[in-house]
Amino acid sequence: MCLGIPGEVVEIRPDRPDIATVDVSGVRRAINIGLLDERPPHPGDWVLIHVGFALSLIDEAEARAALDFLTGIGRAYDDELAALRASSID
Amino acid sequence: MRFVDEYRDAGTARALSARIAGLCEPGRAYAFMEVCGGHTHTIYKHGLEDHLPPAVSLVHGPGCPVCVIPMGRVDDAMHIARQDGVIMTSFGDMMRVPGSHGSFFDANAEGTDIRMVYSPLDSLKIARANPDRRVVFMAIGFETTTPSTALTVRRAAAEGLRNFSVFCNHITIVPALRAILDSPDVRIDGFVGPGHVSTVIGCRPYDFIPRDYGRPLVVSGFEPLDILQSIHQLLRQLRDGRCEVENQYTRVVAAAGNPVALAVIDEVLEPRPDFEWRGLGRIPWSAMRVRERYAAFDAERIFAPPGARVEDPKACQCGEVLTGVIKPWECKVFGTGCTPETPIGACMVSPEGACAAYYNFGRARHRATGPAKELSRS
Repeated sequence: MCLGIPGEVVEIRPDRPDIATVDVSGVRRAINIGLLDERPPHPGDWVLIHVGFALSLIDEAEARAALDFLTGIGRAYDDELAALRASSID
Repeated sequence: MRFVDEYRDAGTARALSARIAGLCEPGRAYAFMEVCGGHTHTIYKHGLEDHLPPAVSLVHGPGCPVCVIPMGRVDDAMHIARQDGVIMTSFGDMMRVPGSHGSFFDANAEGTDIRMVYSPLDSLKIARANPDRRVVFMAIGFETTTPSTALTVRRAAAEGLRNFSVFCNHITIVPALRAILDSPDVRIDGFVGPGHVSTVIGCRPYDFIPRDYGRPLVVSGFEPLDILQSIHQLLRQLRDGRCEVENQYTRVVAAAGNPVALAVIDEVLEPRPDFEWRGLGRIPWSAMRVRERYAAFDAERIFAPPGARVEDPKACQCGEVLTGVIKPWECKVFGTGCTPETPIGACMVSPEGACAAYYNFGRARHRATGPAKELSRS
């Protein structure tokens, strides 16, 4: 729950500017980007995601390092990814 | 993976370790508290304590929100979940936290409808799909998850959803740090400040720590080198006679935090005059509740749970672990009566809890008597 997971923004929903599709370790899901209203992300940007919300923009180097760290911690990240996969945000 | 190597490089880690040792004054011991469960995870997974001189010790603070939820609040949640027509939703981390009559998982097995969700927004979808039921989201977490709950409530209000509410257990880091610093048992020379909480609140809320308590704080990232560098910055401040808030994690944390997140929290939630923390007791103004304006979405107003205070099991020493008085392995039930599969105390429940992290990564290292291991590059 408290793990911040990096995701790459793939698409902003045309009808809902507060919802983006992100790719997290190959899992594609909708997240809310309303907390980044001051500087909304664009496709190709990386964001730090907590419980389905983008909390900050991050650079690709940070994202890749964080992903590498997370995949190394085992079950906690597996559980987080499974939860993300099961989520259905709109 | 050039990027990763920059954060993990074992040679850099060795050089940093040597510089850390060089900053320690002879005959002086240093204790630094990390207040984020993610940091605890990194420290144990990579055996960072093996890379620090004996004079420097790390104290694992109350950085896991699941770990500091008192049993009484779990019981209150269960009271709500058992009302007619209720669907309780909860983050997965919460499911195994013991209340006085078992956990959410136990209640689920007995027929209470408690569903795991990844996001509070998933609860909205459940509420829309079940208009004849009342969906209650068990909201927990520090400032990393608080804006998500606040934005979800705002969205539910905008949609006019009448069957959704939150049982708000959000807590705030600053009063907890103050409570730790006020505790007579605790000796802390400085803090490794939380990375993700600080993306929301920024660095300024920590200014009282150097100003009022004379201790430095360095907001830190989660890589092993981030934490070593933060410890180095803390020691350098102490050596130079400085005492400040520094931001090691500038690549993610802005000094002012996230103003949009802070605004939505302030719109929907307000500080709660009093809240009990497991292990720390009652701390004034240390948690959030739903504002009057959004009372229709406040499960506490709707269901009026009993709010009884429940003592932790006598065998459990989570409180002493959370305040850094003892290390996880010094608890009398660690690894015997209390394991991640059958937790007695909350610190063993969440993967970010100090006891679970130590159990999963640290036990073998602690018992080993051989030389310090290489910094893991996995």
